[in-house]
Amino acid sequence: MSIKPILSITRLTLREAVRRRLLWALAGLTALIVLLTFWGFSRIAEASPITGPFEMLGVSQVTVMLAFMFSFVLAMTAVFAGSPAIGADIESGLLLAMLARPIRRSDVLIGRWLGLALVLVVYALVAGYLELGAVQLATGYSPSDSMMAPIYLAAESLILLTMAIVLSTRIASVAGGAVAVVAYGLAWMAGVMGGVGEVFNNDVLRGAGFVSHLILPSDVLWRGAAGALTPPEDILSAGGIANAALYKFSPFSGAPPSPEWLAWCIVWVAGMLALGVLLLRRREL
Amino acid sequence: MVGGAAVETHELRKEFGRIVALAGLTMTVPRGEVFGFLGPNGAGKTTAVKLLLGLSQPTTGEGWVLGKPLGDVAARRRVGYLPELFRYQSWMTAREVLALHCELAGLDRCDWDNEIRAAIDLVGLADRADGRSGIYSKGMQQRLGLAVALLGRPDLVVLDEPTSALDPVGRQDVRRIIGALRDRGTTVFLNSHLLTEVERVCDRVAIVDHGRVVAELAMADLTNERGVGVRVTGLDGAGREVAAKYGATRVDGEWLNVDGIAEADVPALVAQLVAAGGAIHAVVPTHHTLEERFMTLLGAPDESGGTAPGVSGGSAPGVSGGTASGAGSDASGAGSDASAAGQADPAAPGPEASRETRP
Repeated sequence: MSIKPILSITRLTLREAVRRRLLWALAGLTALIVLLTFWGFSRIAEASPITGPFEMLGVSQVTVMLAFMFSFVLAMTAVFAGSPAIGADIESGLLLAMLARPIRRSDVLIGRWLGLALVLVVYALVAGYLELGAVQLATGYSPSDSMMAPIYLAAESLILLTMAIVLSTRIASVAGGAVAVVAYGLAWMAGVMGGVGEVFNNDVLRGAGFVSHLILPSDVLWRGAAGALTPPEDILSAGGIANAALYKFSPFSGAPPSPEWLAWCIVWVAGMLALGVLLLRRREL
Repeated sequence: MVGGAAVETHELRKEFGRIVALAGLTMTVPRGEVFGFLGPNGAGKTTAVKLLLGLSQPTTGEGWVLGKPLGDVAARRRVGYLPELFRYQSWMTAREVLALHCELAGLDRCDWDNEIRAAIDLVGLADRADGRSGIYSKGMQQRLGLAVALLGRPDLVVLDEPTSALDPVGRQDVRRIIGALRDRGTTVFLNSHLLTEVERVCDRVAIVDHGRVVAELAMADLTNERGVGVRVTGLDGAGREVAAKYGATRVDGEWLNVDGIAEADVPALVAQLVAAGGAIHAVVPTHHTLEERFMTLLGAPDESGGTAPGVSGGSAPGVSGGTASGAGSDASGAGSDASAAGQADPAAPGPEASRETRP
């Protein structure tokens, strides 16, 4: 099996992202958001100098909120980029001409996924690091793991991209996008319920959260990002909430995923792509 | 597997749930020929094309393209395809679309420029090659599709309704291109509703109905089925029997049609009819058209006269009078492009159809 056709489709996808101004739109929005972030946090720092643990905790919560909104934007970008990736090309007849060439359907699916994944990862990392840099510049606050937070967010967007692309092999773009968005929301809600189950030691809720993480592990990675954005241990201790269960399992906090969960995320993506290839092979063009 | 054929299928069947799109397609397309694939809407033509190109999997049956089993990726390197319903990347220029297909086809990078330039020139897109394909007219899109199909000098070119959106000039260009492909030994598989187009360019046709080939015939055989139509008055029944010894006769009003008569016997026939008391008003050579054969095979009523010519009688344009002989013998090839353009559907014969079904 040659990798050349896959790379051809990946290049095509990247060129399309540039020519259709997707990259420019993302770059423009990133610049705007980073500037607004810097301006907003500068105003906070001016109003109340960020010197003690309570101010740091406040900044950390705003930062996590900002990251949550960014995670939502990333998720929507992944879904709306992935939903038409295959289905729209089938409906328009574009794939008919391409698949008559010596390429496989799997080449098209994997190539499209790779191209869009590159766009999302670069966007998530550049925008994420710039935003955290802006926060640090304006307030001096640095989360516990600034390096990993954007990586978890990028990985979360890959989960949603994968789901959207797999759905697009069978479902019309709009329907596939809607399903992916709803599934993303449900997974987040189930993660929250799982956290509540942890706090109140409720096995049913804890089990529901666990199963939802297995089915769609996007929330596992969001929790990882949120955990990476929590304040360092000394600030939490000084604030008196280092061991507060309610804080630990709130919707906007978390912990780095275990190696087992990270491995599951990789297996999940690989399995879903394999399923997508199978579905696309059986699809009548 | 037959190595010599460009395409060979054996009892190819395709079902979509309960719907049988192809009931058992068995056909052979010899290499180097222009092969017409005809049939009414829903006969399974496009399904068959998709099976040949590996774009769909047969439910049962087997087939080979260029000596390789259906769906073989390597064989697709040597196949060019113009789909019926298609679109290319609207954000790309024609030149970029062609470069993409050069890449997907696995052509050597150093050959791309020559391939692209030749394809653009051949289909007449040189002036617009750097414009975005998304703003092309349907006809220009079809020209671009044709250029894509011709990249890399394929051994087999599959054209699914290649002229459906083209103006008369475009159709003439396509005929010219198909002729050039035949001259260089390329096999052309032409799926078209336009019977006059098919009649003009094809060496052989297969007519498919309800998912099966109901007839396969060489165009030369079809055009060799010649006869003569004589507009004669004053002839009684006995006089008409004189004509029977020259071939199968049919009478329609004043027209007496004699099928299968040798060209050399026509003067003798006319002389005997005159001797039998007939007054000759017109003598016109005839031959069966593809449309007539198509309608007969499908059991459809032939509005243009079908295999019982004579319906248009003396009023048929271009066939009356003593000069009709020469004009009539070349009628199938002499129709203007405008008339071809008007004949978009075999069920709706245009002026050329009525000319071809002269007595």
